[in-house]
Amino acid sequence: MAAEVLFNLEEEAAMVLFGIGFTMLLLHRNLIKKIMGLNIMDTAVYLFLAAKGYIQGRAVPIMTDGITSASAYINPVPSGLVLTGIVVSVSTTALMLALTIRLYVRYGSLDLDRILIRVKEEEERK
Amino acid sequence: MSFVQNFPFFSIIAAMFSGIVSSALSGKKARNLSIFVIILTTLMSAAVLMFCARTGESYTYMMGHFPAPWGNEIRAGVLEGLTALVFGVVMLWAVTGGIRYTEWDVEPTKQNLFYIMIDLMLSSLLALIYTNDLFTAYVFVEINTIAGCGLIMMRQTGRSLTAAIRYMVMSSLGSGLFLIGLSLLYDVTGQLLMTPAREAVAALRETGSYELPLLVIVAVISVGLAIKSGLYPFHYWIPDTYGHATPAASAVLSGLVSKGYIFLLIKFFYRVMEWENVIYSHIVNVLFLFGVAGMIMGSLQALLMKDTRKMIAYSSVAQIGYIYMGIGLGTQAGMVAAVFHIFTHAATKALLFISSAGLYNASGGKTDYRSLRGAGYRNLLAGIGFTAGAMSMVGFPMLAGFISKLLFATAALKSPHKMLITLIALAVSTVLNAAYFLRFVISLYRPPQSGTDGENGAFPDGAGQEKAPRAVNSLNLRLAVVCLVILNLVLGLFSQPIVRAIETGLAMFD
Repeated sequence: MAAEVLFNLEEEAAMVLFGIGFTMLLLHRNLIKKIMGLNIMDTAVYLFLAAKGYIQGRAVPIMTDGITSASAYINPVPSGLVLTGIVVSVSTTALMLALTIRLYVRYGSLDLDRILIRVKEEEERK
Repeated sequence: MSFVQNFPFFSIIAAMFSGIVSSALSGKKARNLSIFVIILTTLMSAAVLMFCARTGESYTYMMGHFPAPWGNEIRAGVLEGLTALVFGVVMLWAVTGGIRYTEWDVEPTKQNLFYIMIDLMLSSLLALIYTNDLFTAYVFVEINTIAGCGLIMMRQTGRSLTAAIRYMVMSSLGSGLFLIGLSLLYDVTGQLLMTPAREAVAALRETGSYELPLLVIVAVISVGLAIKSGLYPFHYWIPDTYGHATPAASAVLSGLVSKGYIFLLIKFFYRVMEWENVIYSHIVNVLFLFGVAGMIMGSLQALLMKDTRKMIAYSSVAQIGYIYMGIGLGTQAGMVAAVFHIFTHAATKALLFISSAGLYNASGGKTDYRSLRGAGYRNLLAGIGFTAGAMSMVGFPMLAGFISKLLFATAALKSPHKMLITLIALAVSTVLNAAYFLRFVISLYRPPQSGTDGENGAFPDGAGQEKAPRAVNSLNLRLAVVCLVILNLVLGLFSQPIVRAIETGLAMFD
């Protein structure tokens, strides 16, 4: 058991980070911190994938000196997944930041609870 | 290879490109393009359905030049074709029925953006239905989320902005869980395509290794997709989201988007994990419990709502609960009932949102019970449409909802441990449905309150209508309401062939 814990450090770090990010995104009231949580959560998954794709003692899967044997390189698929995932998380982050800016301009706060209270006040005034 | 087999790919790519092209078009042209593409993809889905029904088997379609374990694949069978067809029809009438309201709710310069979101939504829904690759599914889940968020925030009120951010937060949680689930699956099986992953999972089961990771994968992906589809108790974003978007967006979001995720979950259960193993893992029991809780709590909260938009939104929570209850029964019959209810709810909710928009329109834009009294006389067609939709939700014979409930009840009889709970939940939920829907329908046909407070009686002659639109029923709205009622009747009256198609489709999943 102890040996397993020692040999899977990246995966453990990834899971801990995923938990931190998930909790931040779910529970934090501040919108910017929610978005930070989202990024931590996504990055944790990329760490996990990268750790899974890496094979000790092998090279980056780019052919430079004519070695075609697959056993010389690490698994390229997780790297590809990480790249795709980064693109997706950048666009999600951008959208959430844009929404946050809009809410901040309108209600002068980043606290979601306070924004909800002000929305309610605004409706009652109408 | 028959030409028809290209259609799933064509429909996804056509929807996606129309979105790109729309960014350079005016609002009106973007709208026409969008409607054209919806019709086109619906016809293509019908062709795929016919093709698969005729040949009697499903097929996989290689994307690009790499064969199975490495490349990307699309897979089409009877159930995929049928779902794409029903979604296409519902989307068509949701969008056309809501055209007028979209014009009012969305800024004139941003009209085309709304239709870009609709195109992207259509493309991602089709991709979720057809894809055979889990990572592609993840990417399209995210596209779906972004498009959904765009549809919500199009109507730039404070409520819809906060609804959009809450929707984004909950959806990101769901996508994150889905992503970690499929990363874990890739870790233990080394596959992302559903067919090879299934073989790898079966091999793992035989050796009895990785039992716990597989259980975690099923749990994480189920919870992720359940959050995204709004299963109770992850439903708190639903009322604001559906209640404050423009009618076309509400209809699409509640009728189709949440169903896309459920369809993906069903595919994951059948195509990757094997249904027997999922049943054996008891995850379905958890889904069953939350589904039943959703049925009751959603209906109870709908009963308490004074704002009718929120009432319809909470009714969605209950209906999602029905679908998960069907999945949770853990039998073939339960799954058939759940899939049928996906169609029922898509058709009925779209009808309710579109026709209720007509009713608000005739009542000075107000949405609470009292203001809507007598609205059924002020806007006859919308009143009839809403009544039909409400009857269908309650489970009136001849309409789609009746068949759903019948299927759920007969499915419950076949699973002895869950029979009693299911039947009681169905009965309670039906009574509650009847209570809040029929209460509203009755108030639609009561004379508006006059005398006690004069302002409520004043709507018909136009006081307080400054903001309200003038032309009450455009041709589009009429067509949409009539066609959605017909779709409901078709699902209700000709349910046998549809149920049989669902059964063959589910059999093709194996």
